[in-house]
Amino acid sequence: MADVRLALEPFDPAAELTAFAAAHGGAGGIVSFLGQVRAGEGVEALELRHFPPLTLPGMQALAQTTRDRWPLAGLCIIHRSGVMHPGDPIVFVATAARHRRDAFAAADFAMDHLKSDAWFWKREQAAGHWRWIEPREQDHADLARWGRG
Amino acid sequence: MAKLLFLGQLEDIAGAPDLTVPLQGPTTLADILLMLPPILGDALSGPKVKLALNGTLVTSADLILIDADELAFLPPVSGG
Repeated sequence: MADVRLALEPFDPAAELTAFAAAHGGAGGIVSFLGQVRAGEGVEALELRHFPPLTLPGMQALAQTTRDRWPLAGLCIIHRSGVMHPGDPIVFVATAARHRRDAFAAADFAMDHLKSDAWFWKREQAAGHWRWIEPREQDHADLARWGRG
Repeated sequence: MAKLLFLGQLEDIAGAPDLTVPLQGPTTLADILLMLPPILGDALSGPKVKLALNGTLVTSADLILIDADELAFLPPVSGG
């Protein structure tokens, strides 16, 4: 079973990693990724919006695809929605596997799909003004590395 | 009546997160878009905008709305 959550409030990635590692104490390797709000460039806040009928079901489908593709002992995906500030966690992915390469690849795959294929919309505030963030070409290039399906 | 939902930057173009439109019976999406300001209608019918009818993804071709339908307009996503 994968642990997939849409977090509407701040979460503690260190505590999540500790709990994940404890729950998968028999796995040989655990990989985790934390995405957090960048500081600098005058950004005061970041907001992620989601669409309830699609966002969490889409994340759950991504978790299933990831598990079908690599032999994982465990998978955790947490993605924030709401207003965040520099340094706040946005997204957390952890994978547990018998061998490290599966854990690295599965976490990389899940992150690429969360960045450009999950139902989130992002805007940032600078100088008191909100601006929507367009998808980056690099994100789509990252996704293409995995082929379809 | 049908409810239109605007996600992402479409909310700014619409000036609100949602809009209720009156329907006189089943109405095509094309006719609904004609009820809106042209700048909004153009943005909503862009090739990269996906649609969810009552929470389920649908294609725009020949879409017909009936009373109490909720249609969401989903522009390109940007997560993480």
